[in-house]
Amino acid sequence: MIYQMTFLDAARAATVKTENLITAPGIVITLVLLFIPILIMVVLLLMKIRKLFAIKSAARLAGTNGDLLLSTTDGLLKNINQHAAVPFVSVKRKAQIRPYTDPKLASLILWFLISATFWLILGTTVGEYVGIKFVAPDVDHYEWLTFARLRPVHTNAVFWGWSSLGMIGLGYYVVPRVSNVPIHSTNAGWWTLLLINSSVLIGSLLLMAGINNGGGEFREYIWPVQLLFAIGLALTLNNFLKTVAKRTTKEIYVSNWYMVTAVIFAIVLTIVGYIPLWQDGLGETITQGYYMHQGVGMWFMLFSLGLVYYFLPQQLNKPIYSYSLGILAFWAQILFYTLIGTHHFVFSAIPWSLQTVAIIGSMGMVIPVVAGTTNFLMTFMGSWNKITNSYTLPFFLVGIVFYFTGSLQGTAEAFRYTNLMWHFTDFTVAHSHLTMYGIIAFLLWGCMYAVVPRLTRVEPPQLGVGLHFWAAFIGLMFYSISLMVGGTLRGYMWMDGKPFIDSVIMMAPFWLWRAIGGTLMWVSHLAFAYNLYRMIAFRHTVNDTMATEPEPEAATYEIATAKG
Amino acid sequence: MEYFNDHRRLYLTALALFVTLTLLVVIIPAISNQTNNGLLPGYELPSDEVVAGKALYIANGCVACHTQQVRDVAMDEVWAERPGMAADYAGNHRQDFWRNTATLMGTERTGPDLTTIGTRQPSRDWHLLHLYQPRAVVKESIMPAHPWLFEEKESLDLKDVEVTVPDEFKAHKNMKVVAKREALQLIAYLQSLKQIKIYNPSAVAKFLYKDEAKQGKEAGAAKNPGAKGQALYAQHCQSCHQSNGEGLKGAFPPLKGSPIVNDDNPELQITIIMRGYDAKPEYGVMPAVGTNANLNAEQISAIVNHERSSWGNKGRAIPPAEVQKIMDMIKNGK
Ligand code: HEC
Ligand code: HEC
Repeated sequence: MIYQMTFLDAARAATVKTENLITAPGIVITLVLLFIPILIMVVLLLMKIRKLFAIKSAARLAGTNGDLLLSTTDGLLKNINQHAAVPFVSVKRKAQIRPYTDPKLASLILWFLISATFWLILGTTVGEYVGIKFVAPDVDHYEWLTFARLRPVHTNAVFWGWSSLGMIGLGYYVVPRVSNVPIHSTNAGWWTLLLINSSVLIGSLLLMAGINNGGGEFREYIWPVQLLFAIGLALTLNNFLKTVAKRTTKEIYVSNWYMVTAVIFAIVLTIVGYIPLWQDGLGETITQGYYMHQGVGMWFMLFSLGLVYYFLPQQLNKPIYSYSLGILAFWAQILFYTLIGTHHFVFSAIPWSLQTVAIIGSMGMVIPVVAGTTNFLMTFMGSWNKITNSYTLPFFLVGIVFYFTGSLQGTAEAFRYTNLMWHFTDFTVAHSHLTMYGIIAFLLWGCMYAVVPRLTRVEPPQLGVGLHFWAAFIGLMFYSISLMVGGTLRGYMWMDGKPFIDSVIMMAPFWLWRAIGGTLMWVSHLAFAYNLYRMIAFRHTVNDTMATEPEPEAATYEIATAKG
Repeated sequence: MEYFNDHRRLYLTALALFVTLTLLVVIIPAISNQTNNGLLPGYELPSDEVVAGKALYIANGCVACHTQQVRDVAMDEVWAERPGMAADYAGNHRQDFWRNTATLMGTERTGPDLTTIGTRQPSRDWHLLHLYQPRAVVKESIMPAHPWLFEEKESLDLKDVEVTVPDEFKAHKNMKVVAKREALQLIAYLQSLKQIKIYNPSAVAKFLYKDEAKQGKEAGAAKNPGAKGQALYAQHCQSCHQSNGEGLKGAFPPLKGSPIVNDDNPELQITIIMRGYDAKPEYGVMPAVGTNANLNAEQISAIVNHERSSWGNKGRAIPPAEVQKIMDMIKNGK
């Protein structure tokens, strides 16, 4: 017979035995991981409060209410370019004087970021609406706006529209910079921008019209649509490769290892995911597991890490802690991440050997994650005080922390027992937001706040950045914690054999909290869009500023306004 | 690493590593899976209606909330008699030039698994009303309504399939709701979703994780049969007969005050559960719920007693032993 029990099945039956829920390793790990971002949030808040307090007492010391300029020459008071009157957000250090960027390239990058932000707003507006439908399923009855058609519109728009365009745009800044040459061709960049934008636009409309590829997540666009995206990628790959080839540095900086490889892999992924030769029957599912997961790991994660290897040292103004650790993480990521796709189908009809490989790969993921996190945190080491003075570093810090917790949570979820409880519940949705949002979006924001002022010479409004950061962060915590708790309870109920509908009723308050968290996140995106608008619309044209003298340093600027 | 100072070497090495792993974990297993799994004996080719219905299922994204995979873990036992196997999916091929294969296994169970919905809920009337407005049959449902699969008419044509929608859920009270062809196709697809029986027990994977803790709980539940009966009723009967026992006019009869339920002789009541029922023209057909879900005497006794003691019903309690006797009788073709 075709479906005889193999010895693997037998081994499987033997390893599977009852464990106590709360002490199951996967669950313990997850709980611990959950506390880390909360802890970081508390620490960041404490730092804020302490700083505020320091300003207040400094003001008292100086015998003023803080309106006047505080200055001492005896070094008694430090870090005083603050107005105590604005306690909600502190004025951050301005970006450094920028190196020259070709205005043609600058405007290409800005348009990438503007498009990305457009898809962010659109995609998350749809996401927010879809979240509301869990609470109020009858808000509308239009065919084009039904939950199940809008859901992929949301996921694909934030994947291919927001994150991908954002990353590529930033890539156009970093790749030539670390190669120390101008970009090979800005034209190719414009084509990429056009192709990807059209792909997401057409794809979204088709999904709403009910035309999709068959239900595999992130593979919902039909092939001609995804082909536009892939051609866009190919153009950019060629462009990046030619730029790297012309580089004046001997070594290839690690950022370019990550980013260019990510583009290559994304193209491979699209080919593997869309060629029909191995997609009959369960072949489709095996391909889907791979495609979906490599999309996250080999495209978004790899590319974003490359960006961090450039921007984090730049923002901290010191070299990366260890170059070789970055390279170790690079190879380890490719090796282990590629193996783990099928962990979304643990216990399914997929061959048990494949599932086991996936679980082992998930364990192996600890290596690149720990290597990467260590590298980033050690780079931070000794510069922690810079965080409160910078509006980009908090984004990086959050992204890195979620990189650690989110990725390891994925590992924990692949343990068989945790998988049993959480699979098919909203826990998975929480996980994907912790990673795609907590890691990728936060890192991209950090990078964008670092790049845009360098291109336009205008800083974002401080209040806007503060609002953006905190609304996004707190919103994400609401979002994911409520779904994780709800998902866990739901898993329990299923294991307990409770009637299915009871588990739907039970979820109602958690779905409500999710919608509230989602609203905060959505508000934060509006703030971000406004910040971007301010930075771009109020820009001094680049040529202008190149001609005139550099902008005054942060401190002088502060003194000038305070005196005036 | 001097070696990787050459960009060609670097990127080609990475590509080669990635492609090799991809071949090993995806392409080769996928190809071997599709070539080594034939159709199960008993597989029926889907009719045109069913194929069209599946396309509608895909177009409307039902897979976002419904899985079609039964894992070999005990918690999935409620969805099917046996865990799914690769051969169950062998009949899935590329849809057309534009669209990929759709196994529709899904990744989230916001709604129930639908692998065997054709057996669990064969009633077309139920599906029609549920598709039109899920909250008309399941008050707490969050499933979207699909009114675009229906049309409103003032009067019916001969071939029209009317849906009896309670007034509160109609857009226009004086209009009649009629199923479009699409609704019927989608339901034909849902009705076709069944698991093929496999007679060779060694070919079927076992459900794992049947833990002692749960059996302990079961014993605990026996001490409180009322709660158990209510839960079983919620799981197996409520979507039709409703939690208040009043049923839905024109589709599902009330159990509240039903003479069958209050009868001292439980024979007919239990036969209905095990065999299904289609006696009254004003109502639809009841499927053989008890047989489909493999309910045992104890469970049926709990359900029956829940019905006999709720909503003002005052029937005699039926112990499991008595239920067992009647079940044996039914099995032997009475
Ligand atoms: C937002 C998620 C969601 C979407 C989308 C959705 N459903 Fe549902 N579905 C549910 C929930 C929740 C239930 C359980 C409550 C109920 O019976 O209405 C359910 C129940 C069902 C049932 C009854 C299952 C049973 O075991 O009683 C069927 C059949 C069904 N859905 C079919 C569909 C079809 C067909 C589509 C696509 C046209 C669809 N669903 C789309 C959430 C969804
Ligand atoms: C798919 C919907 C459906 C489900 C699920 C269902 N029923 Fe029914 N039931 C019906 C319909 C329809 C009738 C009426 C059949 C007829 O008389 O033509 C009916 C009739 C009955 C009757 C006879 C009532 C009378 O007074 O004539 C009883 C008793 C009953 N069902 C019990 C149950 C129990 C117990 C369960 C759960 C184990 C259950 N039903 C599940 C649809 C359903």
